[in-house]
Amino acid sequence: MHPVTMTVNEVRHELELEPRDLLVHVLREQLSLTGTNVGCDTSSCGACTVLLDGQSVKSCTLLGVQADGATITTIEGLATGGELHPVQQAFHDHHALQCGYCTPGMVMAAVSLIGNREAGDRDSIRAGLEGNLCRCTGYHNIVEAIAEVAGSTS
Amino acid sequence: MIPAAFDYEVAESVEHALGLLAADPDAKVLAGGHSLVPALKLRIARPSKLVDIGRLSDLAYVRDAGSQVAIGALTRHVDVQGDPLLQEHCPIVSMTAGKVGDPQVRHRGTIGGSVAHGDPASDLPSVMRALDAEFVIVGAGGERTVGAGDFFTGVFQTAVGHGELLTEIRVPKLGDTTGWSYLKYHRRAQDWATVGVAAIVHRDNGTATSASVSLTNMGGTPLRASAVEAAIAAGSSPAEAAVHAADDTEPSTDTAASAEFRRHLARVLTERALTQARA
Repeated sequence: MHPVTMTVNEVRHELELEPRDLLVHVLREQLSLTGTNVGCDTSSCGACTVLLDGQSVKSCTLLGVQADGATITTIEGLATGGELHPVQQAFHDHHALQCGYCTPGMVMAAVSLIGNREAGDRDSIRAGLEGNLCRCTGYHNIVEAIAEVAGSTS
Repeated sequence: MIPAAFDYEVAESVEHALGLLAADPDAKVLAGGHSLVPALKLRIARPSKLVDIGRLSDLAYVRDAGSQVAIGALTRHVDVQGDPLLQEHCPIVSMTAGKVGDPQVRHRGTIGGSVAHGDPASDLPSVMRALDAEFVIVGAGGERTVGAGDFFTGVFQTAVGHGELLTEIRVPKLGDTTGWSYLKYHRRAQDWATVGVAAIVHRDNGTATSASVSLTNMGGTPLRASAVEAAIAAGSSPAEAAVHAADDTEPSTDTAASAEFRRHLARVLTERALTQARA
């Protein structure tokens, strides 16, 4: 077992991990943060996307030990004081979800995309979401929601 | 999917990493983990130990090295993509790094990990082959430099031996008279290349005088299309030269494409890449 310290949603955790423990399982099973979903489990679908030091990553393809010392934000960490994060609110307003399974990963990918100023127009948003699959194929409203928050020009 | 159990050590320096690797012939190097972790989960890879070099921040850099640009092996794809030095002097590398995987993969995956994995369907190895890039490998016996022609030795195999570490990749600066293109065909946005073509073209007044062309996923390693290169050097047009793109290749048949379709794609993409690079 390896000692690992990570700050998740502004709470510091000191954990003892097996090297093979995947970050997504650490989040879901040890920290009970089940908002992050496991989808394909092959780093294709993006359902498990979280922010690691502010950048979107697929938590099914990271070992927990690789996140030692990192700051992690999951979908549970976005809302503050009972107020939805602007991206969550925009997904709500635009009906940017159907079954909802991809939604936590879509929202986290969108937060990273907007933070990196890579959502200037709808083509950029579509390209920036290439690592997130929605099998309800609800992409149109997802793009619209992100475009609203990003103030996309076209 | 859960990987089989393994030991894990964080390397504090290149020397420390080499010592850890030398002590365990079954150990593997972990960089960004975006090739290795999927293989661990499928249990295709079952190393006894992972030596994590992911915290060796002095291996993450892009530097001017005279006629070359030196890229530290641990430089992440997103940083290669956005690097101003590469964008100015060797934009085929920064552009191709931006086409690897998806944003999440590019935030973690490293250029060294990508090339050392030696996947024949991977984009950057093919670009390195077209550029005649150089690879700096360190081991107990010191440092050696291997050219791209000798670096990729087989499917998932490279010149990096047991107990060795790839530390740097050097690419040439492309001058004003050198054009470039990397094109790939894939059915879905994040798929591996069904076939890819990297072309570096030296041109004179819109005419290609010589070319280096490398094919992705047309054999076990990136392959130079030497018949195409010979045709360009002899004055053939891109269309005439591209007829030879599939000569001496051994494409496989799999769920993405038949070998015959891959040969067709190689010819089509080679003509387009040569035309784009010549312009």
